[in-house]
Amino acid sequence: MGTTASQLPKDSLSEYQELTFLTKQEILLAHRRFTELLGRDERNHPNPRVPMQVILTLPELKSNPFKTRICQVFSTSEDKDGSLTFEDFLDLLSAFSDSATLEIKSHYAFRIFDFDDDGTLDHSDLEKLVNCLTGETEDTRLTSEEMRQLINNILDESDIDKDGTVNLSEFQHVISRSPDFVSSFKIVL
Amino acid sequence: MPGDTLITSENDTDIELDFAGDEDFQENHEREKHKGKRRNGDRQKNERENQRRKRPSKLVQGIREESQSKTERRERSRRRRRRAEHETSIHEGNERERDQTRAKSTKSKKNIKNEKTRKLEGKEDGEAQERSGKGKLKLVCAKNEEKIESGDQLKEKEKALGVKKKKKKRRKKVVETSSEPETSEEGDDEEEVNNDGEVRPELLSPEELEKLKDAVDEKKKLIQSLRGKPWPMKQKLVTLRESQLFVEKYEGALGKGKGRKLYAYKVMMTKKWMKFQRDFENFKTACIPWEMKIKEIESHFGSSVASYFIFLRWMYGINMILFGLTFGLVMVPEALMGRPYGSIPRKTVPRAEEAGAMDFAVLWDFGGYAQYSVLFYGYYNNQRAIGWFKFRMPLSYFLVGVGTVAYSYMVVIRTMARNANESGIGDDNSFNFSWKMFTSWDYLIGNPETADNKFASITTSFKEAILEEQESRKDDNIHLTRFLRVLANFLVLCCLAGSGYLIYFVVRRSQKFALDGLENHTWWERNEVNMVMSLLGMFCPMLFDVISTLENYHPRVALQWQLGRIFALFLGNLYTFIIALMDAINLKRKEEKVVKYNITMWEASLYNGTGSENSTAPPITIHPADVPRGPCWETMVGQEFVRLIISDTMTTYITLLIGDFLRAVLVRFLNHCWCWDLEAGFPSYSEFDVSGNVLGLIFNQGMIWMGAFYAPCLPALNLLRLHVSMYLQCWAVMCCNVPQERVFKASGSNNFYMAMLLVILFLSTLPAIYTIVTIPPSFDCGPFSGKNRMFDVIQETLESDFPAWFSKVFSYASNPGLVLPFILLMVLAIYYLQSTSKSYKEANVELKKKLQMQNEENKKKNKQAALKAQMDLEEARKSASQTAEHQRNNNASVQRREDDEEIDNKNQRMYHGRNPSLSAGDREPQFSARGPGPRNGHNGNHGNPRYLPGFRQQSEPRMCRVPSLERH
Repeated sequence: MGTTASQLPKDSLSEYQELTFLTKQEILLAHRRFTELLGRDERNHPNPRVPMQVILTLPELKSNPFKTRICQVFSTSEDKDGSLTFEDFLDLLSAFSDSATLEIKSHYAFRIFDFDDDGTLDHSDLEKLVNCLTGETEDTRLTSEEMRQLINNILDESDIDKDGTVNLSEFQHVISRSPDFVSSFKIVL
Repeated sequence: MPGDTLITSENDTDIELDFAGDEDFQENHEREKHKGKRRNGDRQKNERENQRRKRPSKLVQGIREESQSKTERRERSRRRRRRAEHETSIHEGNERERDQTRAKSTKSKKNIKNEKTRKLEGKEDGEAQERSGKGKLKLVCAKNEEKIESGDQLKEKEKALGVKKKKKKRRKKVVETSSEPETSEEGDDEEEVNNDGEVRPELLSPEELEKLKDAVDEKKKLIQSLRGKPWPMKQKLVTLRESQLFVEKYEGALGKGKGRKLYAYKVMMTKKWMKFQRDFENFKTACIPWEMKIKEIESHFGSSVASYFIFLRWMYGINMILFGLTFGLVMVPEALMGRPYGSIPRKTVPRAEEAGAMDFAVLWDFGGYAQYSVLFYGYYNNQRAIGWFKFRMPLSYFLVGVGTVAYSYMVVIRTMARNANESGIGDDNSFNFSWKMFTSWDYLIGNPETADNKFASITTSFKEAILEEQESRKDDNIHLTRFLRVLANFLVLCCLAGSGYLIYFVVRRSQKFALDGLENHTWWERNEVNMVMSLLGMFCPMLFDVISTLENYHPRVALQWQLGRIFALFLGNLYTFIIALMDAINLKRKEEKVVKYNITMWEASLYNGTGSENSTAPPITIHPADVPRGPCWETMVGQEFVRLIISDTMTTYITLLIGDFLRAVLVRFLNHCWCWDLEAGFPSYSEFDVSGNVLGLIFNQGMIWMGAFYAPCLPALNLLRLHVSMYLQCWAVMCCNVPQERVFKASGSNNFYMAMLLVILFLSTLPAIYTIVTIPPSFDCGPFSGKNRMFDVIQETLESDFPAWFSKVFSYASNPGLVLPFILLMVLAIYYLQSTSKSYKEANVELKKKLQMQNEENKKKNKQAALKAQMDLEEARKSASQTAEHQRNNNASVQRREDDEEIDNKNQRMYHGRNPSLSAGDREPQFSARGPGPRNGHNGNHGNPRYLPGFRQQSEPRMCRVPSLERH
């Protein structure tokens, strides 16, 4: 794979360094991993897209309950299939990198949690979020009563303007006070 | 104006848009209502006008008025904006293109959803307006409005920067906009710029130059902050290239003549410097050792296990420095420039030990040749200066000893302060549930098993939190719990006391053995102390773990108790060891006195014997190995510590191999032929014990700090140990441990470990300092031999190596009359700083309280407002349905209350254009048929933007400000 490093032009490498929180090595590693995901015939394509199913086979994402959401949020594809180009992939890694700011992390976290893409976290979003967090199996699921209680508590705490939903600013307000959000909102290749 | 305004106000825009969306919804809502009512058309306009003056005072009126004034306001500002826009469009030229670019940038800059709604709105607007015949200008307005709204926010932010700058920025943005989409427009752009008369440097006035400079700086700032923007890469790339182009283009234009050259040079240098910095950063991250290993572990086991390895690496770094200091400034100079081995008694193995000095068993115990080498204190000579450049060996030895401790203190405290800074705010509990929800997932987890554990732990934490919330947990059998807890603590205390006594007993016994002579005893008896300490350190935590199940604490609390107990155990053991060592030192010193006396006797006899025979003969040379010597307690202490470290390391590794590896192998392969499931049942695989390992590491470090003064080889040994640990534990964790059942997150306890390290550092320097200060050094070994106290070396250096005035000054400075006030001053300063920090903390708490109060008040207000709005709406709906049911006259009277002509006109046109067949009667029931459930939610939505303090009210003056700026 020695040639893959040289596939990334120097200009764009420095531009990517400028535009992401990644270091040169990380970008090169990301590029290598990305090209590994591509099929043989796709490598010559100027701006190849990797479908979501393939992205999700990455071990770093495989057991993440938000994996499809992450792909959808970072995808720039027109038909919303969650497929990623290399630049999208870099965006993803940058937002999840060690040195990314709280602001950008919380912004993307909000969009990941906003399952229906309507700009606020409403009741159904929160419910889906809880279900993601408690896993697939039946025995870890919360009962509907518990769920209701939980969501009410969350809205009580973080819905400052009392409109029944959590919007971005409220979300960031909550997140910015959390001691360990930045350290856990990380994905490294 | 895409470009900066929207870029910098990105976040605000999103927020604002929620409200904007609500407003628009509301507006539509109103509009629809109007449609229903305004079937009578223009005919009634005049009538309405008249009626408005004598409006009946109804409750309905309130809400109407609200919306009225709002639409009025909106319309006003829109008009103004349109005017402004007109101006700018003249100023710029091609309007359509502008429209295009704006649409484009709008698309890219907001998140998808907002964009969708906006599009929808735009479409709606457009529809209506097309019908009304006004065309696209209004569309532009509608879009522009939002943009200006977001622009407003920026202006709010940058108010301080002054209007001039904004003016400039706008101009710049205009330039940029036109150059954005089509590169073929370059010429156009150029032309335009020339029209403005700004870009050619010769034509620029200094004022404008200043502005341009500002613009360029602005762009540079933008380039730097670009990575912090949540946009897709494509957009970032476009913006970056654009801004770079802009900067490059106009940077050269700045400055004239010499200044220009200098400026260009400066720019070039900053560019180079940036590049260098970036490369250096890359280099630095490439230099961090074990990064990939730790990341691999991180992705398998989550951040808590990885935090141990990061801690280990940090420790390794510190030990590297300590090792560098002792190795470079003490060991190497002595080995290279000091007298060679065998030249003086202290550097020679005594005759009695010579036979077995090279045996492995002896060397393993750090006796024989190892004892008489640079590894230990006793080998060093008290020669004041060694080598050709007069290296002050004793001074260096002393200063390195002090320096290692000082450096460790500095590093630990600095790290603690930094950690505290990072997590200082996260102490309030007001977002308990939200944090559990939004931040509990550890995105690093890449192992399905860990993920399953995490799911389970999150679920239990949710359930616990709900349970705790529901009732403040009334324990039905509180007496039993209390009794069990007391019992558990009693048992733990017994364990601690027992282990302390055991160590004391063993150390005492070993002294007896030592007096008898070690050769007569077995290996076990010789290594009893270390083995007992290591075994205690291994088994007591397990015992504590069993005991703590009695207590039935919350796992987090239980973990803290466990840590505290292990800490107490280790500390107790260490101090018992030190006390026993002190006893040993005293014994040695008694022995030393005897030896000293014997030596003088021996020397006297020697000289007497020779003197009687031949007084002029040169003194007989006795081989240094034959010279009798003192016991040298310092070397003994050093040896003890080194042995302790070695045995500790060995136990750790052996436990690792047996407890983790062998267990894993057995479980794995015996599982096929066993009566129960070994993997799921009793032995199973072991978990990685983060807290225990961290504690072990901390205590190990404490021993290093304690013993490093007497055994300069300790940091080197520790470095080796840490290095091996890193690989061995990484391997063990990856191959034979399973992820923890309860996955804790790392960051919370980071400073806890650091605090423990600090305590240990303090406790371990205490005995070392005590021995240095109070006990006189041995008379015939070590760099300080012959001195009364070890620190006399400083006095000596001052007297002989520095000019006289310096020592005079120093002696004045060390005068108690000066030192005491100085200490007093420091104490006062500490007191002052402490009290100020306390008052800051209090102020912080106060402010937090205030914020909470305000929050609650706002909530109350909002609730009231929402309630009121709901009532109003209810009323309005009632009256509206009345109007729908009754005749049109009624309808008209409601309509009469409606306001401003313009909005009426517009709405009516819209109504006409829309669906004329839809009567009011059809529409109203539809509304009420939606039922009260969803409506309530919407009411909340309606109430908010209007009643939320600081949103609606603020936006009005801002809107007014926009056009005046736009005109420039």
